Amino acid sequence: MNIVDRIWNSSLGKKYLMALTGGALFVFLIGHLVGNLQVFGPPDLINGYAHFLKSKPGLLWGARLGLLACVALHIASAVTLAQLNAAARPQPYATKGAYGASKASQYMLPTGVVIAAFVVYHLAHFTVLLPGVNGVGDFTKLKTVLHGEEIPDVYAMMVLGLQVPWVCVFYLIAQALLFTHLGHGLAAMFQSLGFRDHVWWPRIQCFAKAASIALLIGYSIIPVAICLRVVGSDYVERKKYDLKAANSQPAPALVAVQGKEAK
Amino acid sequence: MKVTLKVWRQKNRNTPGSFKTYESPELNENMSFLEMLDVVNEALANRGEEPIAFDHDCREGICGTCSLVIDGKPHGPHKGIATCQTYMRSFKDGDEIVVEPFRAKAFPLIKDLVCDRKAFDRIQHAGGFITVRTGAAPDANSIPVPKENADLAMDAAQCIGCGACVAACKNASAMLFVSAKISHLGLMPQGQPERYKRAKAMVDQMDAEGFGACTVTGSCEAVCPKEISLDFIARMNRDYGVALLKGDPKAIKGGGAG
Ligand code: HEM
Ligand code: FES
Repeated sequence: MNIVDRIWNSSLGKKYLMALTGGALFVFLIGHLVGNLQVFGPPDLINGYAHFLKSKPGLLWGARLGLLACVALHIASAVTLAQLNAAARPQPYATKGAYGASKASQYMLPTGVVIAAFVVYHLAHFTVLLPGVNGVGDFTKLKTVLHGEEIPDVYAMMVLGLQVPWVCVFYLIAQALLFTHLGHGLAAMFQSLGFRDHVWWPRIQCFAKAASIALLIGYSIIPVAICLRVVGSDYVERKKYDLKAANSQPAPALVAVQGKEAK
Repeated sequence: MKVTLKVWRQKNRNTPGSFKTYESPELNENMSFLEMLDVVNEALANRGEEPIAFDHDCREGICGTCSLVIDGKPHGPHKGIATCQTYMRSFKDGDEIVVEPFRAKAFPLIKDLVCDRKAFDRIQHAGGFITVRTGAAPDANSIPVPKENADLAMDAAQCIGCGACVAACKNASAMLFVSAKISHLGLMPQGQPERYKRAKAMVDQMDAEGFGACTVTGSCEAVCPKEISLDFIARMNRDYGVALLKGDPKAIKGGGAG
């Protein structure tokens, strides 16, 4: 049997895959958060950063494909293990089972499924820029000028996108579920990979708590600050005004800015 | 005191079962849970009804034969205690107590509260041993063993193989049992030569028996009458990972003599 077979066809092998891919996604989440927090700086900061990423297609697509592979493997092993686990107890107990198990540990699949749904929405929202899902308009029309070059206005897109209350709420729900997923998952990851003993387990649990709380706070303050008009609202208002002044006809970008009323 | 029992009754593997409710006769609160069942059974037998079948042997918490899920927890309300060491004083007069068998695909039901736990024996046969000649007992301390390892190995060796870990786990996973058996040998010098082969063989047999996988919920550790730690599962994961990377050993032609 080759090693791929051996890993895929054993329960522990799949746990290794789940832990490694989950760990890789966690590392991505840290990087992604650092990138996103630049929205608290001047607009040029995050716009320049986004432009920099776009200008390295090799790096960008390498990372995208790597992440996609991680997500696919993570979900495939989660679903196949969940089937195995369900089959292992054909007749359930009449009484409440899972004695001593935390809620987070029992609901890893449901929280994971909602996170997956969120990831799909998030990609449609801010990566593919599907106009139909954002409740605002066509984000591809949002442009700004940096160092004499016309580039996408990511700052305006984030602000306009997250000012929509239901979008903000969905983002926050996803973050809450990611928090429970990681609160259990990050500790379980060390267990699955065998890095645990009586000395390290309390430290690992502490790390899992701290890291999941840090990500929850980091990722939640962005939509909250935007939705409460703490960040960027004067910028997008000015943008709407500039566009109106430049053009008595609503410019294409204005449709994006003004939202549905403009149509 | 008296209690009401809601007990799973099932004639045999192929007949569907159901819960039946019984009023116990007057009980002494210092009876063990199993003695209470004996008394209930005596009353049933006197009425000409079939007694409730349940597993038991040593009744002193060392053999791992007793089972039962009592009010949703394998081995009843206490921590670190088997059903046979659970006493009626842990319940109140008039309580309704729900008693179910251990439920898992790999533990098929035989009758009432008795299930077949031979899957554990087959996992042991797959690798839970050390291949050495038995002979006269070796001199004490002829093989040095670090004290920490000896202690850990003893912790793992406490496993009585009752199957409560499987019964409690939401995935019916046997990893606590298997990891305890792998660890108690793998921590000793005598267990080293077959350490990775053993881990691989026992985990593979565990998978073949149809147990679920671990999701680190900790239910097993919480109900284990010997309080075996999840640390051992991590240790097993480590050993199995090494075994996976090593692959199968080179096949040897001919006899092994010489
Ligand atoms: C941002 C995305 C995600 C991250 C960072 C992440 C992270 C993790 C980590 C670190 C683990 C622990 C692995 C282990 O048990 O050894 C885990 C487990 C798990 N994840 Fe995810 N995950 C993500 C998305 C998902 C998605 C989309 C699903 C959807 C199906 C999912 C389902 C699961 C399940 C079922 C487990 C198993 C829990 C267990 O066995 O204890 N996860 N995840
Ligand atoms: S009957 Fe032997 S451990 Fe309970």
